[in-house]
Amino acid sequence: MKVLWLQSGGCGGCTQSLLCSEPRSLFDELRDAGIEFVWHPALSQASGGEALAVLEACASGELAFDVLCVEGAMLRGPNGSGRFHLMAGNGRPLTEWVTRLAGQAKWVFAIGSCTAYGGFSANTPGNPLEACGLQYDEQTPGGLLGAGFRSAGGLPVVNIAGCPTHPGWIVESLQKLALEGMADSDLDELGRPLFYAGELVHHGCPRNEYYEFKASAEKQSDLGCLMENLGCKGTQAHADCNLRAWNGSGSCLRGGFACIACTEPGFESPGHAFQETPKVAGIPIGLPSDMPKAWFVALAALSKSATPKRVRDNAVVDHLVFRPAIKKKGGGK
Amino acid sequence: MSRIVVGPFNRVEGDLEVSLELEAGRIQAAYVNSPLFRGFEQILVGRAPLDALAIVPRICGICSVAQSAAAATALADAMGVTPTPNGLLARHLIQATENMADHLTHFYLFFMPDFARPDYVDRPWHPATAERFTAIKGSAAAEVLPARASFLRLMGFLAGRWPHTLAIQPGGSTRAITAGERIRLLALLREFRSFLERRLFGDALERIGQLASKADLLAWADGRAGDFPAFLKIAGDLGLERIGCADDRFLSHGAYGLFPAGTWQQGKTEAFAAARITEDTERAWLLADQPRHPAAGETIVAADKADAYTWCKAPRYAGQTHEVGALARQVVAGNPLLLDLVQRDGGSVMARVVARLQELALLIPAMEGWVQALQPGESFCAQGVMPDEGSGVGLVEAARGSLGHWLTIRRGRIERYQIIAPTTWNFSPRDATNQEGPLEKALLGLAAGDGAPPTIQHVVRSFDPCMVCTVH
Repeated sequence: MKVLWLQSGGCGGCTQSLLCSEPRSLFDELRDAGIEFVWHPALSQASGGEALAVLEACASGELAFDVLCVEGAMLRGPNGSGRFHLMAGNGRPLTEWVTRLAGQAKWVFAIGSCTAYGGFSANTPGNPLEACGLQYDEQTPGGLLGAGFRSAGGLPVVNIAGCPTHPGWIVESLQKLALEGMADSDLDELGRPLFYAGELVHHGCPRNEYYEFKASAEKQSDLGCLMENLGCKGTQAHADCNLRAWNGSGSCLRGGFACIACTEPGFESPGHAFQETPKVAGIPIGLPSDMPKAWFVALAALSKSATPKRVRDNAVVDHLVFRPAIKKKGGGK
Repeated sequence: MSRIVVGPFNRVEGDLEVSLELEAGRIQAAYVNSPLFRGFEQILVGRAPLDALAIVPRICGICSVAQSAAAATALADAMGVTPTPNGLLARHLIQATENMADHLTHFYLFFMPDFARPDYVDRPWHPATAERFTAIKGSAAAEVLPARASFLRLMGFLAGRWPHTLAIQPGGSTRAITAGERIRLLALLREFRSFLERRLFGDALERIGQLASKADLLAWADGRAGDFPAFLKIAGDLGLERIGCADDRFLSHGAYGLFPAGTWQQGKTEAFAAARITEDTERAWLLADQPRHPAAGETIVAADKADAYTWCKAPRYAGQTHEVGALARQVVAGNPLLLDLVQRDGGSVMARVVARLQELALLIPAMEGWVQALQPGESFCAQGVMPDEGSGVGLVEAARGSLGHWLTIRRGRIERYQIIAPTTWNFSPRDATNQEGPLEKALLGLAAGDGAPPTIQHVVRSFDPCMVCTVH
């Protein structure tokens, strides 16, 4: 399976994340699955004219390839000209290259939230960059390729959302396609592969005990649950970050900071400060989306009143102070 | 006189195009273009100040931590907060992990594959170089990716993940390291040290750190196995010690408390004064203006401006271009090996590569020391209060050089945010006095066009450019 990769209005972070793929060397794993890069801007040898020749051959249909991976937002400005991002050495807008190449690809992958939904570039007030995703303009279907776009292989754009996206999400999507194919039923309503977007970041959160008892962190670096005060959206964000470690053993929550829901469209402009939880009458808005609010409030009040002292005290310091009790042997002499 | 346009330059971070004017196959003038504009400085305006910590890492996927550290430093400056000792050590470790991973990635994946090109098929070193360094398929890539991924596990512990962490805060880090994790961090550093000593250097890191002159370096490398000695052999054959020199004026913001801030030119080191920085927009597709200090800077798009050729501004220090990066950091710090290389032959392609690799050898032992100095159980994060009105400056060193953030807060919101990235210094265009940027200078006189060897690629990549940061 041949993969052609382009980068546009993004930071290159999804490629850097991809290179952290574990446990095997990324290149070995892809090669053994029969996957090869036709060209990748950060990795391939071909540069300048040689690279342009490869791209032109792919865009004109002369050189067959299977998957078009695009990383970074589509910048349509200023005034629809695409001049905020012209292909180096060629002077044509990237948006034009992407449209031509998407027409030849069997499948199109949006790598990261910028490409899927528009990213931070689409979140400058007034969107002067006229930035959008491949098939979405934030939450709204459309984007560069249009809401009705289907690639030759019969799928809409596959949105491997995340900022950056996890290397496992890319590598497994490519291998799934190469080995088993992919169908609409493998994607959620926003085009994300269900094998990772079918979970919530909350699942497997190491702060689960604090969440259960609503023992909340009050300041940065506290061990408690980050939902009540520090802006955590783990209960609403679709991704398996706490089930699939980042960089060996990490995740945002394990790192001590809130989930900002980077796999969701529009996460860049949450309407409040990222590290603060907006509240009405002391109750956080944006509670878990699939639970009646009144029930949540009632259960939270109950669990707060039942919080063990150990959990309550550990929640507001940055290292464990109280260990779980060791049960004393009963019925002593 | 003929004119050619070279691009896309791949194996650099982001988008780069270079226009060259040639006379008899030699470069008479170079114009460096960053053809991508994203406008992060505008994205930040109007946000809550701490939002910068979530936004600025997204400027760059390869030096996202450097961006975080600059923002956290600027915010700490505005808040008047000082990181705790553990917080400072954690931040040094997080930054050094990113910077050292960058040096490794640059050498193996971006820079060396050019020597595997068929242009060099008649050189005696070509067969071994092609086997080892061919892009994607070479034996080095297969070894380096696991070594890199394993080294970046430090980020999993220290920062949650990489890129784009929120762990770096004005008061330190959100991630307190436990006693058990401290042991694991040391084990990861030993694993990386072992890879470097076995494959990159063929010698102990401490020995590389002690190399003190060009003669010492070449004598050490002679006949030695290892990828660094292999590079030195190629560099000698191709004369990389003499090409790619800019103006040999260097600047560093200082890093890790190990390498001091300063500037250097003509053998003289001077103290660094941020007030002497200006940015010029004369040849950028931005509104023309007098050169301004970044604390008063503006970034206003003027896409149809005549005579402009890039989205990149032209930063100057005391009105002069300055080169930034590992070489600049080491020269300013008085590193004897790099000073000798620069004073003998100038700040060349070879000197830039040697500076990066010697920095790896200097930093890994320092990182081992920082991990041992962590005090589990003591605080990792100081708390502070964000003022409604204020300003702050964050000056740090990314792998590829000096990064500065200038921030103003009014009525509790970000009023102004200006950024100067390392590649903005190195790949800047001409300014109002027609002074060429460092890369534009470094390309002059080189052979280019049909039939020329890929020399300009070596020069461009020797700066380790990060174009997404350049125009942010």
